[in-house]
Amino acid sequence: MRGTQRQYLGRRSSQPKVDIANNIILYVEDVSVSFDGFRALNHLNLYIEVGELRCIIGPNGAGKTTMMDVITGKTRPDSGSAWFGQTIDLLTLSEPEIAQAGIGRKFQKPTVFPNHTVFENLELAMAGTRSPWRLLVARLDGEQLDRIAEVLRTIGLADRRDAIAGSLSHGQKQWLEIGMLLMQDPQLLLVDEPVAGMTPQETERTAELLVSLAGTRSVVVVEHDMDFVRSIARTVTVLHEGSVLAEGSIDDVQANPRVVEVYLGE
Amino acid sequence: MTQSKSLLGTLWTERGSRAFYAVLLLAAVLVPVLNLGVAESSALHVPTYTVALLGKYLCYALLAIAVDLVWGYCGILSLGHTAFFALGGYAMGMYLMRQIGTRGVYGDPLLPDFMVFLNWKELPWFWHGMDTFWFAMLMVLLVPGLLAYAFGWFAFRSRVTGVYLSIITQALTYALLLAFFRNEMGFGGNNGLTDFKDLLGFDLQKPGVRVALFLASALALGLAYAACRAVIASRLGRVIEAVRDAESRTRFIGYRVENVKLWVWVFSALLAAVAGALYVPQVGIINPSEFAPIGAIEIVVWVAVGGRGTLYGAALGALLVNYAKTWFTGALPEVWLFALGGLFVGVTLFLPQGIVGLIAQLQARLRRPAPPKEASA
Ligand SMILES: Nc1ncnc2c1ncn2[C@@H]1O[C@H](COP(=O)(O)OP(=O)(O)OP(=O)(O)O)[C@@H](O)[C@H]1O
Ligand SMILES: [Mg+2]
Repeated sequence: MRGTQRQYLGRRSSQPKVDIANNIILYVEDVSVSFDGFRALNHLNLYIEVGELRCIIGPNGAGKTTMMDVITGKTRPDSGSAWFGQTIDLLTLSEPEIAQAGIGRKFQKPTVFPNHTVFENLELAMAGTRSPWRLLVARLDGEQLDRIAEVLRTIGLADRRDAIAGSLSHGQKQWLEIGMLLMQDPQLLLVDEPVAGMTPQETERTAELLVSLAGTRSVVVVEHDMDFVRSIARTVTVLHEGSVLAEGSIDDVQANPRVVEVYLGE
Repeated sequence: MTQSKSLLGTLWTERGSRAFYAVLLLAAVLVPVLNLGVAESSALHVPTYTVALLGKYLCYALLAIAVDLVWGYCGILSLGHTAFFALGGYAMGMYLMRQIGTRGVYGDPLLPDFMVFLNWKELPWFWHGMDTFWFAMLMVLLVPGLLAYAFGWFAFRSRVTGVYLSIITQALTYALLLAFFRNEMGFGGNNGLTDFKDLLGFDLQKPGVRVALFLASALALGLAYAACRAVIASRLGRVIEAVRDAESRTRFIGYRVENVKLWVWVFSALLAAVAGALYVPQVGIINPSEFAPIGAIEIVVWVAVGGRGTLYGAALGALLVNYAKTWFTGALPEVWLFALGGLFVGVTLFLPQGIVGLIAQLQARLRRPAPPKEASA
């Protein structure tokens, strides 16, 4: 799959450059994961193109979250491979190394830092130094403060800047986590159920935001809300029992008899 | 506001920090004056043994702050800080031993008494250079620092956390206890190092020297407190607290949690080592019992009683619990361990924020005399 011609996509010299020849940013090939004999992922294959916005759907327990766990280093697969661009073997990297390479993740259950303020959560996530010694003396410069202010506006939490994150509503925590993802400035965003617990207006804003991010970055969204998926998706991948059941446009997928069977059979 | 505040600003606006420095300053002025400046016959006179006792409490307060930094702010419950404290103390003890010279019982110019007694002919290699003050002080930091680094490197990389980590920290200090008991180790075995005469040429028995050691302890405590506050107020401090609250989440935004933990761990071990080095000349002895696992647990009780995660609470707890210990071991020695255990259980059940938390609650209640019902939710 991986060619020899190289193109680089990367903003910061400190970050390893992602080699995106063939226009593919993420390769997941033949990945299997078992938990005590139960196959959560079963020879899964997935390719994400540069700048793509991909939706992943599938019934509960299909393995969507497990797939993100493999990509972000939380779970090591029993077999298969996962590459970020042509050159970065994700299976050899730790979670922080993967994050620093440019893969950001929003978790299914919103996990912000509950005792830090909204501002501090964004500051923690901000791309930049991760070395203890440098963090000890680091001060936010004007550009970084502007960036945080901009993200605060984008996620609609500018007036809650100094609120303790633990005191936010569920929907606001979802937004804060999306904001943290933006602060990390990743090239690949993995977004697990972003609109759960959001009002229709919030859902609409999330859709707009994700659509605007795609193009310059690649976005993978897991979501159950079919209206939401319909509103943003170009390509939809259906997972079932740990492997890909169907892939294509939302209309093709919804017309697919095997997909209908899986969803009705629940 | 989140970051523009200077360290001095932080220290000044925080009531607990202000109270901490006020008490420390008051003690640093009053104790020397009442000891050196007031006649012994006067009721206001502070006897020299009390000066040494208070100096010892200050060292304990410094040790408590070190433990609070890793436990209260980074979530690492260390039950092994006695290891760093005692190693710092031993390094200081070795320097003091070498200052005795020919004034020992056996009058050997080179070998400390216990080595003559064991019939040793030569000074072991690790005792060389310890007669030089700056070198010994370097060892006070270097030996515990390297041990903490090596221990932390392995423990944090292999992601040992929670109770398991606490248990291996206990094992660390227990192993050192057993090792230092052995005469062959070359640290005086069971009896440890004692009979110190002078430090930098000053007679340790002189009240003025006692007062100077007391002041040095107060200064060390004041500086360590400011240093810890500076760490906590920095961006690194926010990462440290993030590790405490959601370790794995911190990894997914790109922080190497093991490096963050290692940094605070070694810093904290160095503070404990300094406390140990100041402690030894004031109590006049260092022996293996300072490594005792129970001692490490006591430190945690001080921090819990005072109020974890505040620093000043840890210092207050160290002071109060040790005052109680001094009183109990004089009046009812057999009751002390039960009292300590009871205190820990009581604080855990009824005062999860410790004494400073209780004070804050009472103050809040006083400011708003009739609390509205919904505020309790
Ligand atoms: N750590 C684990 N240990 C054991 N089983 C697990 C573990 N993680 C996931 N599983 C199982 O693997 C299967 C796939 O889980 P996963 O969370 O990936 O599903 P999902 O597609 O994200 O589902 P949902 O839509 O409910 O979020 C489930 O049956 C789940 O119970
Ligand atoms: Mg899931």
